[in-house]
Amino acid sequence: MTDSLLAGELPLPPRPDYLRHGSTVWSWLSTTDHKRIAILYAVTITIFFFLGGAAITAVRLELFQPNGWLMTSDSYNKLFSFHGIIMVWFFLVPSIPNTLGNFLLPLMIGAPDVAFPRLNLFSWYLTIAAGAFTVYALVAGGVDTGWTFYTPYSSMFSNTHVFAAAAGVFVVGFASIATGVNFIATTHMLRAPGMTWFRLPLFVWAIYATSLIMVLATPVLAISLLLVIAERVFGLPIFDPARGGDPILFQHLFWFYSHPAVYIMVLPAMGVVSEIIPCFARRRIFGYDFMVYAMLAIAGIGFFVWGHHMFVSGQSPLASLVFSFLSFIIAVPSAIKVFNWTASLYRGQISFESPMLYALGFVGLFTTGGLSGLFLASIPVDVHVTDTYFVVAHFHYIMVGGSVSAFFAGMHFWWPKVTGRRYPESWAKFAAILMYAGFNMTFLPQFFAGYLGMPRRYHTYPAEFQIYNVMSSAGAAVLAIAYLLPLFYLTWSLFYGGKAGRNPFGATGLEWTTSSPPPPKNFDWQPRIDRAPYDYHAEGISAGTDPPEMQNAKETQ
Amino acid sequence: MNSLFNLPEASTHAVTVDHIFYLLLALSGATVVLVFGLILLFAVRYRRGSKAKRGPMPEFLGREFEIGWTLATLLTFAFLFWWASSADLSSLAAPPHALEIHVVSKQWMWKTQHANGAREINALHVPLHEPVHLLMSSQDVIHSFYAPAFRVKQDVVPGRDTDIWFEASKTGTFPLLCAEYCGTNHSAMRGEIVVMQPEDYAKWLTRQPEGDDLAHEGAKLFVSQGCSGCHATSSNVHAPRLAGLYGRAVQLADGRTVTADDAYLRDSILQPKRDVVAGFEPIMPSFKGLLDDGEIQSLTAYIRSLGEEPPND
Repeated sequence: MTDSLLAGELPLPPRPDYLRHGSTVWSWLSTTDHKRIAILYAVTITIFFFLGGAAITAVRLELFQPNGWLMTSDSYNKLFSFHGIIMVWFFLVPSIPNTLGNFLLPLMIGAPDVAFPRLNLFSWYLTIAAGAFTVYALVAGGVDTGWTFYTPYSSMFSNTHVFAAAAGVFVVGFASIATGVNFIATTHMLRAPGMTWFRLPLFVWAIYATSLIMVLATPVLAISLLLVIAERVFGLPIFDPARGGDPILFQHLFWFYSHPAVYIMVLPAMGVVSEIIPCFARRRIFGYDFMVYAMLAIAGIGFFVWGHHMFVSGQSPLASLVFSFLSFIIAVPSAIKVFNWTASLYRGQISFESPMLYALGFVGLFTTGGLSGLFLASIPVDVHVTDTYFVVAHFHYIMVGGSVSAFFAGMHFWWPKVTGRRYPESWAKFAAILMYAGFNMTFLPQFFAGYLGMPRRYHTYPAEFQIYNVMSSAGAAVLAIAYLLPLFYLTWSLFYGGKAGRNPFGATGLEWTTSSPPPPKNFDWQPRIDRAPYDYHAEGISAGTDPPEMQNAKETQ
Repeated sequence: MNSLFNLPEASTHAVTVDHIFYLLLALSGATVVLVFGLILLFAVRYRRGSKAKRGPMPEFLGREFEIGWTLATLLTFAFLFWWASSADLSSLAAPPHALEIHVVSKQWMWKTQHANGAREINALHVPLHEPVHLLMSSQDVIHSFYAPAFRVKQDVVPGRDTDIWFEASKTGTFPLLCAEYCGTNHSAMRGEIVVMQPEDYAKWLTRQPEGDDLAHEGAKLFVSQGCSGCHATSSNVHAPRLAGLYGRAVQLADGRTVTADDAYLRDSILQPKRDVVAGFEPIMPSFKGLLDDGEIQSLTAYIRSLGEEPPND
């Protein structure tokens, strides 16, 4: 190829986009195109999301009555366990990284694919195999340990399919590790000329920080589950105190993974929102470098706060103090991010398309959830509310309110790029608002129930908590509708939606410079980068009064 | 019982916890108002096409501003940590003369035993205005002793003793819950804590069916399990004497020194080879599987009673 062709100056022969480049089922199942693998993941996690959602729907129905009315305690325990296991490992952990991350990372850094395309496909097959184990555990009779697999209950007492479920989580961990390695290598090796580290979009930084956690923390999850299996299946005394084991050891290992895992779920969400808010406010992101350092700080400090899950477990009081202090410290970078998103709106030209509504919803829910985290970092308050609905509400605000809102924000923002189609905007706005309302209706009452002393994982509960459970269950119905709506209108848009241009939102970023949907190798010419991201206006001024389309005309070529 | 929005503060500790809770609530409320307020304000004022001023950004919105709010956040959190932790530290250890009550948890019930031997299932009677120290162990999986009205919670773990203390400040009946998921009937593992005037508590205790107190029960076990064959003063076997042992420092054969507390006694009964006392042969057999948690508590109580008064042998 000549330089002029590489520079995009010569017309190119017509070529099919990645969706039409091969249409057999086999062309999908054997694809190494990161964009197609992203679609495979999207379909997979959507199925898991509705499986996990179905389980919790039954749970919320059951909780209408204080003494149950539909099912036995055993069924109830199996349903909430299935919900947790599926939602954490088969939806939330892979949600943004493996769909949007897979699709966008190479596009955003100007690369033709990820560093290891076949490893990428392999990790999807691992996810499917792991999902088969876990769904088998349910079909065969269920597992009742909760998603936390606490010993010695899981290793010596539970009579359910712990092995299959733990094996499923064990295997899906390897999918996580493979994805993490792949993304780290991609970010290091495949950045286009001129794409320096501090010109990376924040979404890339978020995916990079997430990948670091995946690679460093997930092996510990594998170890702890392997030890559960060793004790349960082979009778090796590891956690059994009567034979010299220690049940608390499991909690240290488990939370050493599972607290950082919370950041696996929320960092990518922060990345998505950091792309969307500047675009719809027509502003550079406020404090780009602080946003980067904040994400790296979260990824780093996140490894040293696991003990705040164990204030009542009998760990040493000194350990509790240290973990309490670090838990307050890790709230600082999160606070910085919230302030910076807010400041990015200042003197903007803000419009409220559906991605922006979802993104603002994320900021609201993340702020609420993050503030409730301060209560849990304070030892005396945590002792009272840990293992109650307060904690349930807290982590749902972060991981479901926050991350799922951001996932939908990203879906709506990049949908035209991924599919080449426009979705019905008014339906999308309606769903965004309904999701925010439904979420708060579901989980706000749980803060009250938890503070008043309703323990989590209770099938039956004291009658005075019924009012909160009824409110929560009613809210869940609204939330369920809000989650189902996009399934319908986005599917509709695939067939009847109008064609989307290259850059429908006038956004900056390399992914918007290629066609929608992109060609198989992403770019028809070699992208070159000569400026910082979020170049929505000149340095030092706020968004001008010119229409944003004009300011941004240089971006859309 | 609980009213809708109000959980009784039935212990001295509850007041402390609620103070921290309310401060956090006020601070969170202020932050929510600030963040949501600013977002709303900017969203309206800087909506696309509005006539609000844009132009160059004001000078003060620079790096110093960013560092400023970072430091402000950091200092606020450091203060919160200091306040919450000092409350935690001051409530760590039970007062020395607290009333000791033993708690054994198992799937799915709470068994409590008072110093005079009175036993209860899924219930606990305690006197008002007197520190109560619960010594807890579990016979199977991890449970968690949770009394919301007292704002206390502590996991009860198999294979180790955990403890918790509170001083009730209101009479009445308050829920006792299991807060750590423990299997099928986890949610049914509930009981009640009845706080009584001290006189009523004393009367209640005497009305309970005659049961040996823990130390007497332990004394019987001491003979029936064969402990006395070696550890009694009259024995010919060279074994450590137990009188006055409790709470003392013990020199071990490997050079370590440990304090003879509940955990040490428990370990020495179940795993006698682990901490061998200096000057003695490791000849004691393990009683693992022969004694349940309640029996170990009784034996420990007996050995402790040997320390409190000179043995009458």
